[in-house]
Amino acid sequence: MANVSEANEKYEVSGKSEKRQMQKEVKRKARSRWRKAVMKNWQLYVLLSPVILYFLVFHYFPLYGLQIAFKDFIASKGILGSPWVGFKHFERFFDSYYFWRLIKNTIGIGVFTLVVSFPVPIILALLLNEVKSLKYKKFVQTVIYAPHFLSTVVVVGMLLLFLKTDGMINQIIKLFGGTPIDFISEPSWFKSLYVFSDVWQTMGWSSIIYIAALAAVDPAQHEAAMIDGASRLQRIFHINIPAIMPTIVILFILNAGSVMAVGFEKVYLMQNDLNMSTSDVISTFVYRSGILEAQYSFSAAVGLFNSLINFIMLIMVNQIAKKVNETSLW
Amino acid sequence: MRESKTDRTFIIFNYIFLSIVALLVIYPLVFVVSASLSNPQYVISGEMWLWPKEFTLDAYEKVFKNKDIINGFVNTVKYTVVGTALNVVMTILAAYPLSRRDLKGRGVIMAFIVFTIFFSGGLIPTYLLIKDLGMLNSFWVMIIPNAVAVWNIIIMRTFFQAIPHELEESAMIDGCGNFRILWSIVLPLSFPVIAVMVLFYSVGHWNSYFQALIYLQDQDKFPLQLILRQILIQGQMDDMIQTTSESFLAQQLSVEGLKYAVLIVANLPMLMLYPFLQRYFVKGVMIGSLKG
Repeated sequence: MANVSEANEKYEVSGKSEKRQMQKEVKRKARSRWRKAVMKNWQLYVLLSPVILYFLVFHYFPLYGLQIAFKDFIASKGILGSPWVGFKHFERFFDSYYFWRLIKNTIGIGVFTLVVSFPVPIILALLLNEVKSLKYKKFVQTVIYAPHFLSTVVVVGMLLLFLKTDGMINQIIKLFGGTPIDFISEPSWFKSLYVFSDVWQTMGWSSIIYIAALAAVDPAQHEAAMIDGASRLQRIFHINIPAIMPTIVILFILNAGSVMAVGFEKVYLMQNDLNMSTSDVISTFVYRSGILEAQYSFSAAVGLFNSLINFIMLIMVNQIAKKVNETSLW
Repeated sequence: MRESKTDRTFIIFNYIFLSIVALLVIYPLVFVVSASLSNPQYVISGEMWLWPKEFTLDAYEKVFKNKDIINGFVNTVKYTVVGTALNVVMTILAAYPLSRRDLKGRGVIMAFIVFTIFFSGGLIPTYLLIKDLGMLNSFWVMIIPNAVAVWNIIIMRTFFQAIPHELEESAMIDGCGNFRILWSIVLPLSFPVIAVMVLFYSVGHWNSYFQALIYLQDQDKFPLQLILRQILIQGQMDDMIQTTSESFLAQQLSVEGLKYAVLIVANLPMLMLYPFLQRYFVKGVMIGSLKG
């Protein structure tokens, strides 16, 4: 009996090793084939190498450096050598008196921008699509795309020049017998100025993508609807809008996902000591406490908190869109 | 096709509405141009509202006499030219291999690059890295940290993928290496997309101020946008007006005029290129949107 089982075992062992050998052989062949394919295109990898190096250094290394959010960063000890402190910086941020102010302003500006800046380009594209005269259409497009090429500094500079107490807007107000308003330093005006100047600058450019989507609508659909007596408005609502719905949803997900990612550049330029109560957002706070006051760990923690929220928002909006509309990013 | 009555009213309202929108967009721009060419006195009093009043080039003369503005202009041109050159080369280096279906590990490398859109270390870790690399306050800090943009890699890759694969294959059979194929076959066919890239990147460099604000300290390295910020937003003008012979009121007035003129000078390259730019830019947005 013992012999039999021993023999069995031996057989099994030899079977296993045979199998293993075969697997090895297959793997070796696959690997050599792979190596051959790589070698054949080695030049392509040479081309890619500076790009990969760039991303490693300037994008992946900062990700590694993000650990200072959980440490007390001391420059002389470096990122690795600095002591761990857990969630200390996060707690300090959550407990600080400006926490709710920052959250409120960031969400407020983000939602206001989404509600106003998002629909305007869609409406603009739908209306431009109804213009028959190509010359007129081209003219309007040329005009409304132009502000896209102005820099943030220029747009904010123009805003300040026009909105001064003796600026162009207040001249008009005076002309109609009103009293001049100090737009720039009045905190309650900040959000509106931010959002409507944003609409002014971006509506034309953002409409391009919808105009392109509308150009792809099959004219036969419109002809059929016209024969059935549908008016222009009816055709817009029942043909054009459904046709560009997937584009709208995708862009809505992207925009809604970045509601908390209010950009630094324009807010910072429009900020002054007087409107701080409504204009201070997370990104400008990170700049002030991080770069100007050199509280590296603390502001890295605030930045990390903000990007985590952005990411969660993106996923949530995407999930909702998937359920409601069956269109989603992934 | 005849139009019904409701359709006709719709069309009329549509024309009126779009004309108002166009007017709202163009009026501030026209105002800036006219104000820069007017006697500032009329601008402040509100008497100049459309066309220049008491036409003068005084403000422009002051702009071109201002050393800071000229220096900023020259710096911006340098950053834009060198930066854009590096951007375009890097974008090609990334996009061409990634457009090739026979590249092993293509998916992984693409994911490695796209990942950085969604996850980034953020401002502070990046700042510390730049500091450790000793790049603070250097010329290259305006160039290298933004060497390539992921979105533009995707646009260019999409373009390369549309080039018939047979061209590359037949060249390979003739014994062409990949470098040769890229240089003598792919690139000559890619002029439109390279033009789009040059324009995308150069407008970005021309208009950016954030990079300079964070990484540069010396005034003589500042790009034009930072100088503009000092003049328009921080109102640091006192030391910039060199004419001390003017009275206080006259100085205030010339500052006002200079502000409008400097807005024009800062946008001059874009204003002159705009009609030509527009076609290519729109094309670029289209290529990108096909993917997205």
